[in-house]
Amino acid sequence: MVPVVEMHDITKIYGEGEAEVRAVDGVSLTVDPGEYVAIMGASGSGKSTLMNIIGALDVATTGTYRIDGVDIGDLDDDALSLVRNRRIGFIFQAFNLIPRMSAAANVELPLMYRGVRRGERRRKAIEALGKVGLADRSHHQPNELSGGQQQRVAVARALAMEPSLMLADEPTGNLDSRSTADVLDLLDDIHDEGKTIVIITHEDEVAARAGRVVTLHDGRIESDVAAGIR
Amino acid sequence: MILIEALRSGWQAILANRLRSILTTLGIMIGVAAVIILVAFGQGASNSVTSSIQSLGSNLLTITPENPNQGGEIVNPSVQELTVDDAAALNDPIAAPDIAGAAPEKRAAVTCTIDDRSHSTQVVGTWPSYFEITNSPVASGAYFTNADELSGRRITVIGSTVAENLFPDSDPLGKRISCNGVPLTVVGVQQEKGASFTNPDDVIVAPLSAVENSITGYGEVSLISVQATSPDTTDLAEAQAIAILDERHGTVEGTRDFEIFNQASLLETANTALGVFTALLGAVGAISLLVGGIGITNIMLVSVTERTREIGIRKAIGASRRFILLQFLLEATVLSVFGATAGLLVALLVSRVEIAGISPSVVPISVVGAYVISVAIGLFFGSYPAKRAASLRPIEALRHE
Repeated sequence: MVPVVEMHDITKIYGEGEAEVRAVDGVSLTVDPGEYVAIMGASGSGKSTLMNIIGALDVATTGTYRIDGVDIGDLDDDALSLVRNRRIGFIFQAFNLIPRMSAAANVELPLMYRGVRRGERRRKAIEALGKVGLADRSHHQPNELSGGQQQRVAVARALAMEPSLMLADEPTGNLDSRSTADVLDLLDDIHDEGKTIVIITHEDEVAARAGRVVTLHDGRIESDVAAGIR
Repeated sequence: MILIEALRSGWQAILANRLRSILTTLGIMIGVAAVIILVAFGQGASNSVTSSIQSLGSNLLTITPENPNQGGEIVNPSVQELTVDDAAALNDPIAAPDIAGAAPEKRAAVTCTIDDRSHSTQVVGTWPSYFEITNSPVASGAYFTNADELSGRRITVIGSTVAENLFPDSDPLGKRISCNGVPLTVVGVQQEKGASFTNPDDVIVAPLSAVENSITGYGEVSLISVQATSPDTTDLAEAQAIAILDERHGTVEGTRDFEIFNQASLLETANTALGVFTALLGAVGAISLLVGGIGITNIMLVSVTERTREIGIRKAIGASRRFILLQFLLEATVLSVFGATAGLLVALLVSRVEIAGISPSVVPISVVGAYVISVAIGLFFGSYPAKRAASLRPIEALRHE
């Protein structure tokens, strides 16, 4: 079985000489299909940088990284876009929906970049919105939706892409406790369907839902344990 | 496929910022309208000058005696005036095959009266061929004939200005006017020629023999009008006229006692001058088009900055550089095409209005040119902001607030 994420000795260095900062320092991590992994750490621990690398938004300074067995170390900007488009479904803390576009249009967007025909992607978008319980909100623009609803649209957008990896970066950081529960329940459902999820968080409550918790400290992996053992 | 999707995305952005889009479009609209209108006015002015010159007589050469005392120096003391015989000699189909006709003109200032009305004008004593040579058809009545010329009948064809002044509300035909005391019967009224450097309608035309006999006396003529067989042969006709007159006057280049004024070369000079004028007006328009283009760059840069985060999101979920580039390029191009279309409509409306006696004439090439240029402006001035948008790094763009 090919791991979804296969990192070996990943290092990310910012700056040079005296000002050199090792945001990620020799991280090796493997995530198998169907896993639900939480990456935890205090701010400054390097978890955002690691998330950018996992999401192919950024490339590591040294080390190798394979997504679905594809080495992305040598890929250029456009090829990275293609990798993100085909394999990664993002869920951001700030929702990151495009303003003045309807919920359905937002969900369709990655499919459009993939070249899916209009009718087909509209159908898939409505289907994904149905799964997150927002079928009746498909024509609403982001500013007409509550925070929790916006995050569910973002989940629908990630779902519609049918990605190898759902990558969530503090997905509940901007939500109240009720919406937090909704979104986490949704992620549980998605995981139950067999999806691979990596969630970056600093909240124990969120991490508790995952099957495995990786803790970062100063850019290194401090612990990597199955849930419940900790 | 990607083109349509990028166009759709660009269009959504335009609609999302309606006011800004309209203001940007306005810049291009003014530029395109300025180019088309100014060129149309230049062309209109050119047309009106050309038609004025042509109304003086197509293919016309005018021969005048050169004053040998001009400049205080006697160039040729044995100056021979232009005579009726000179004009007759030019009507020679063998020596001058490219001359269609030549008519002497004897001009004098006269004051014509009828009843209690009086009008100062110019009498032209000439041959009947004058009307054809100088392109002066009659609007009503008839021309005088060779028989009238031979018998020295005191009849006249009057210009439209004279007709308006002497006969403001009656038919001049058959009336007898008195010019410097000489009674002349009006047999025809010339068609109006319209504005020119001098008013060609303020004139009365009468048989040469009658004018010589009763008004000016015999002797030299004021000028000889010569018609070339076609506009293309005016230069040949000019050379033949010079040869014939040189032989008759015993002159060569430098001692000539006559001058030939070529209508075609005047037209050419005027057209050249007006062409420069039109080009200048077009350049003024082009500058405003350029300013409009810079406006597009400016707005697109603002748009890219404002939408940095959106671009980041789009790239994060898989938009390629090419797509972002295309989207912003098409957005700029759509704006400029809309501006160009609006400008064209405005220009076509404005060009229907006559200003300062000039009716603008829309030049098709300026319409096509303005359109093509505005699309090019969209691409050119949109390319820098589009490139900037396309090369944004997604993590930095996402961090942008």
